[in-house]
Amino acid sequence: MEKNKYKMLVSKHTPRENVLKNALIAFIVGGFMGLIGQFLVDFYSYIFNISTSDGATLMIITLVFLGCLLTCLGFFDKIVHFARCGLIIPITGFAHAVMSATLEYRKEGFVTGIGANMFKLAGSVIVFGVVSAYLFGFLRLIIGG
Amino acid sequence: MTFKYNNVYINETATITGPYEANGPLAKYYDKSYKDLYFNTKTWELAEIKLIEESIDLLLTKIGKTKFDVDVLVSGDLLNQIVATNYAASSLGIPLIGIYSACATSVLGLIIAANMIEKKQIKNAITSTSSHNNAAEKQFRYPVEYGGPKRKTTTFTATGGASAYLSNCKMGIKIESATLGTVVDLDIKDVYHMGAVMAPAAAKTIFDHLREMKREIGYYDLVLTGDLGKYGKDILKEYMKMEYNIELKNYDDCGTIIYDITSQPVYAGASGPSCAPLVTYSYIFDKLKKKEIRRVLLVATGALMNPTMVNNKNTIPSIAHAISLEVVE
Repeated sequence: MEKNKYKMLVSKHTPRENVLKNALIAFIVGGFMGLIGQFLVDFYSYIFNISTSDGATLMIITLVFLGCLLTCLGFFDKIVHFARCGLIIPITGFAHAVMSATLEYRKEGFVTGIGANMFKLAGSVIVFGVVSAYLFGFLRLIIGG
Repeated sequence: MTFKYNNVYINETATITGPYEANGPLAKYYDKSYKDLYFNTKTWELAEIKLIEESIDLLLTKIGKTKFDVDVLVSGDLLNQIVATNYAASSLGIPLIGIYSACATSVLGLIIAANMIEKKQIKNAITSTSSHNNAAEKQFRYPVEYGGPKRKTTTFTATGGASAYLSNCKMGIKIESATLGTVVDLDIKDVYHMGAVMAPAAAKTIFDHLREMKREIGYYDLVLTGDLGKYGKDILKEYMKMEYNIELKNYDDCGTIIYDITSQPVYAGASGPSCAPLVTYSYIFDKLKKKEIRRVLLVATGALMNPTMVNNKNTIPSIAHAISLEVVE
């Protein structure tokens, strides 16, 4: 059979993903995460009497800690199974990606295991995060003056 | 390439599984199942080594022999450098033929052992295969705890070790004939749709087997593929009809039998080298021994996937080996 004909046969028997349902769940869960984040920012600024940007830093630390804790306790992957990109895209997903790789490779040693592998998944996020931050920074400098 | 055998039998088998298989519909047919995916070891890799070691130990106990009575061990697995096999063989001390044919390893092992027994080069052999879900996930996909969302066509690597004892003693299940597969590549690059990768290889091997044995598909009471999964099964049926004009009627896939794919979190079904032998050595052999079915064509399917090649945008080749198993009359 020709390769193209076979590809058509395969796509005929390949089920569609529930994109709409997944997007809706991600939207609601992600939105809820945003709500929690905003609550934490306001909470920290009010309690410690600090600026909103300092409050945001504390909020990120809290969420990263909670993400890592849930990963270590073995819950996060089960929640992700339901929440999908709602939890993968926010900062919790980044923490989870680093933590799960760390857990996976901890038995291969501190240097050869954890050090070499903890950014296996999150590495691309960091690289392209930094690259795009620079790119848009320059753009803003040129356009915004 | 098809071989015929007059005097080769699978005398006994042993199967060890993990918790997902034990929660599946075939639980009562396995020899032993563990609840812990570490199998009382420290790493996933050690767990997989233990799966092979323990299935061979159990097999030797069942047939009342020691490792010194076994001429050859033919074994393979999914891990890099087939480490599960090599480390298990190191503690066993049986002369080893280490093989790799991805998830088609089990049948390739049976073919190699059967050929040597038929030619009287050896008196007996043990063939073994293993796979471990977490060890495979770690090596081929993402860290186990990551659990990122996967597509519906993804298959779930079965955890288990399966061993068989072969000799010319007329007992157990007869190996009647076997066909070595050719590598087929129809340009599929999707690592989350292995059923689509492997279906053409299965179809070609089934067709070659029937042609070389001058048989109709109806000769077999059951044609069983290794791990195509729910969607791969449909692809194979239609492909077989379109390409070779063969209608697969008494057909099933081990990947969809081993789990309850509607209620267990296994997506399209099971995969992995241990999937086909776990189902065959337990449930199918039970049916053969009770003579509910008499002739089975087992077609183990393997996607010869390598993450580096896939990242380099290459396609995934696949292979399937077939073996004809019969009731001993």
